[in-house]
Amino acid sequence: MYKDEQLDEEKVFKDPVHRYIHVKDRVIWDLIGTAEFQRLRRIKQLGTSFLTFHGAEHSRFNHSLGVYEIVRRILFNFDGRPHWNKDQRLLCLCAALLHDLGHGPFSHTFEKVFKLDHEAFTRQIVLGDTEINYILRRVEEDFPQKVADVINKTYEDKLVVSLISSQIDADRMDYLQRDAYFTGVSYGHFDMERILRVMRPLEDQVVIKQSGMHAVEDYIMSRYQMYWQVYFHPVSRSAEVILTKILHRAKELYETGYQFSLKPTHFISFFSEKNAVEDYLKLDESIVLYYFQMWIDETDPILSDLCVRFINRRLFKYVEFNPNAQMKEWMDLYQLFQKVGINPQYYLVDDSSSDLPYDFYRPGEEGERLPIHLLMPNQELKELSRQSDIVESISGKKRTDHKLYFPMDFIEALPDDQPEKSEIKAILGLS
Amino acid sequence: MLANHAKLMKFFMSSGEIVGRKKLQKMIYILKKCDVPFEEKYEFHFYGPYSAELTVRIEELCNLGFIAEQKEKKSNYYQYRYTVTDNGQDFLNQSMVELPPFEEKIQQMKEKSSRFLELVSTMLFFDHLSNSEIEEKVQVVKKSSNYTAEDLQQAWQFIEEMKQLH
Repeated sequence: MYKDEQLDEEKVFKDPVHRYIHVKDRVIWDLIGTAEFQRLRRIKQLGTSFLTFHGAEHSRFNHSLGVYEIVRRILFNFDGRPHWNKDQRLLCLCAALLHDLGHGPFSHTFEKVFKLDHEAFTRQIVLGDTEINYILRRVEEDFPQKVADVINKTYEDKLVVSLISSQIDADRMDYLQRDAYFTGVSYGHFDMERILRVMRPLEDQVVIKQSGMHAVEDYIMSRYQMYWQVYFHPVSRSAEVILTKILHRAKELYETGYQFSLKPTHFISFFSEKNAVEDYLKLDESIVLYYFQMWIDETDPILSDLCVRFINRRLFKYVEFNPNAQMKEWMDLYQLFQKVGINPQYYLVDDSSSDLPYDFYRPGEEGERLPIHLLMPNQELKELSRQSDIVESISGKKRTDHKLYFPMDFIEALPDDQPEKSEIKAILGLS
Repeated sequence: MLANHAKLMKFFMSSGEIVGRKKLQKMIYILKKCDVPFEEKYEFHFYGPYSAELTVRIEELCNLGFIAEQKEKKSNYYQYRYTVTDNGQDFLNQSMVELPPFEEKIQQMKEKSSRFLELVSTMLFFDHLSNSEIEEKVQVVKKSSNYTAEDLQQAWQFIEEMKQLH
């Protein structure tokens, strides 16, 4: 049967994070070869971070293979343990491999601007008329639905879901290490082999043997450091602010009947809120960057300027900003920008930690969100931060951040005798 | 500026006081499903729809001093209580954000338990399915919660009422 078919020889992908990614199942090999999965090569895992960390050019293709490999190793360790049903193996591997299938170019920004949901696209790709769906249906008629349910976290077996999506899952364990490797930072490392050895399957979740607590502490610390040092890096955020504004501007121009020199064919589905999956699959970052390059020559000065900034890395500067203490200053700045002809809607932008699609570990309130549980020697479960002082100290701290982004070059270019120039600089703390 | 924060502040202002993060999560989700344009992204979690983005945004509102969070120790867990501060009122006064009326909906939800709101929000998460499929799905994903036929009936009635209310 197709679902049990093994390759004559194991295939391996050389991988800088896990050394090798091993594939023996015919189904997995065939899924990797589909057009929809290959598309992930053209979508960067870290969006705009390559403009800060030049090595961060790795793709969602690399990451998806990595998540698959971690799940494969977890399941090898689970074999024969109570609560683990080995009939779920292929489902887990497929869901791990395909979990990011619905991500688009510069995924988070694209979703926010066009109000899209990558999980809905994943579901449509898995269940729709696609090469992926054809392969999954060869396993079993209802197999695509099962894979979609696992990725959507609504599958009946919660243990299966928790391997792919929980506070210590294969997804996070791969991206933390992979993002650390490709950005070149030294924060993201932790002893994953140890964590995999102390993971235990229970009826509806994966837990960690208490003796492995220190390895998990290291993972939590790495998640915290990566959050502040990489994911929330202010320069990457500046690029993301500009990216957001380009997409908003292009949409606004389309809605007001502006005649683009290059018709934005690939975006029209999203400008007009049709959001068709077949249009989504035609988009990747190479297409988006092509448009940005071409839009530099558009006659609309705002779209052109923002594209120059993104393509040539002429990013906005930023200052720390406290919306409570500085609300009046912000309103003054808004008016001053208008007075000097800098459109504040596009050139005065606040950015908060909640605008980021990452977070760090928070145990939460009872029944709010499933925390990381330690399995004690007496078989009791204890929430991690109740046992670890290090985790309690990190997760108890409410650290958040707000910044204000603006084009310093525009402000500097204002005539020195223009009174608004010194007022703007004074408010921004630049004088 | 901070439009999404301001929308949440309007919610807190209308609520007077919210007890419990779980309840807060479910209330915002149900309002979203009633076409109140909150933009926090939700995913399905162990206890139903949950938004990590909302969690961080609430932390930001606390750190900014716009809402006060009181942590209360219960028998074997902590519970959180939220109220708007004077600074929060000032922030809201300066905000231009408009939302459709939702005061009556909030009052209705406040009277319900977080367990019930978990059921309602889970049913709404599957609102692309037929009613019978939703009930089947709830029994699958909420197996351990042991919701009865009566619970489901009450939840349907509640959803209907919510759609009629302001």
